[in-house]
Amino acid sequence: MLTITDLHARVGDTPILKGLSLHVPAGEVHAIMGPNGAGKSTLANVLGGKPGYEVTAGSVTFRGQDLLALEPHERAAAGLFLGFQYPVEIPGVSNVQFLREALNAQRKARGQEPLSGGDFLKLAKDKAALLKMDMDMLKRQVNVGFSGGEKKRAEMVQMGILDPAFAVLDETDSGLDIDALRIVGAGINAIMRAPGKAVLLITHYQRLLDVVKPDKVSILAGGRIVETGGPELALRLEAEGYDAVMA
Amino acid sequence: MTTATLPTRRDEAWRYADMDALARLGAAALDTWQTLDVAAGESVTRCLVVGADAPEVHRMRVTLGEGAKAAFFVTNRGADYTRFELEVRLARGAHFEFGGVTIGGSGVTREFVTQVVHAEPEATSNQTVRAVHWAGATGNFLGEIKVARHAQKTDAAQDFKGLLLEAGASANAVPQLEIFADDVKCAHGATVGALDEGARFYMMARGLDSATAQRLLVQAFIGDAFVALEDEAERGTLLDAALAALEGAGL
Repeated sequence: MLTITDLHARVGDTPILKGLSLHVPAGEVHAIMGPNGAGKSTLANVLGGKPGYEVTAGSVTFRGQDLLALEPHERAAAGLFLGFQYPVEIPGVSNVQFLREALNAQRKARGQEPLSGGDFLKLAKDKAALLKMDMDMLKRQVNVGFSGGEKKRAEMVQMGILDPAFAVLDETDSGLDIDALRIVGAGINAIMRAPGKAVLLITHYQRLLDVVKPDKVSILAGGRIVETGGPELALRLEAEGYDAVMA
Repeated sequence: MTTATLPTRRDEAWRYADMDALARLGAAALDTWQTLDVAAGESVTRCLVVGADAPEVHRMRVTLGEGAKAAFFVTNRGADYTRFELEVRLARGAHFEFGGVTIGGSGVTREFVTQVVHAEPEATSNQTVRAVHWAGATGNFLGEIKVARHAQKTDAAQDFKGLLLEAGASANAVPQLEIFADDVKCAHGATVGALDEGARFYMMARGLDSATAQRLLVQAFIGDAFVALEDEAERGTLLDAALAALEGAGL
């Protein structure tokens, strides 16, 4: 579903990704772990198409398309969802308005009919309930006045509404308390554990992986994937630390 | 007979005006004042879209009787120099509300100029102006508030925000407060900035193209100016007029 080949990318003059290769087939939840500064967030931002991240070599193929040739909104319409480590506040724009416009823009790009206001609200209500989020929160401005945990839950509500084929989740577990972590983890399972879908789960901690059990775990260090294994690799990292495992 | 002469940039209230456009318009046009007298206890709301292909100067003197209310909501989107000016005098307990948006490119200057005189006690005024510009255009808000010596319990507020979508555009805010009473509240604030590119990327990552994301962000930004307008249809008209100016911007 997603194939990254020898990807090099830099931010400004600083090379961050240095020959990263990774294949994530449909049906797989693939966790990416790695020390600070390894390039995890850069990988997420490059996949999302964030301005300022320059790809200098390599390729990314997503569902048979050259992902890097697409604008960020075209990537979304193609089925890619980027879960932000720091979701952005948008004063003056309500979640409901934002997400309805976003969903209908994606549907239009895919040649589908727009969702009516009533149908959209029903969908939003379902997904909010899945993440145990009050519908009133969705009527408020996007992420404005939300706590860190609420922002992350709202990200997952957005993911549920947009229903992507592939999710890149950048430290979605950071800033969550234990209960919220379970809710978010269960949300990821409910939305993304389906045939034809896949997840790239960037995280620092095993605790999210206890809920969203990964099929594969890769270690990203120095801008490259240095090791790939099964779920046991994450447990080893938790127990021994990066230095020991990568030695 | 008219002895009218054109103002110069030395006149504080014309400091950022487009002098060439004023010369084209002619001095006589500047002598034309509309008047509006709102009787005690009465309430008036005016919604206007101003600006066309030639220079426009709108000047109005408003007097508010005791407890009277006047609200003006204006979208200023001229394709040439467009100035909307209000002189407002408030009697006891009156309220003046102003919401204005200047929006546009093409190197044009668009401006709001207000002089709000709290002549008697307990009057309130609230002014919210938003300026959105690109392509070398300028948006100005010159807002003067005068509080007379005995006008205690005056509550006056003025809020300006400029959003510049390109380098080369500019916004000028000139708050002028002249307060002779001692028991008053006068608040003013002014900021100018660029579009939040982080927000634009966030919206694009959810599927909105760059222009749609920008339109939503601009709509949210200028929406502040019309919050106090209760008539939803009128609010829609003013917002649509402003956003239509953005459509052809090619940003």
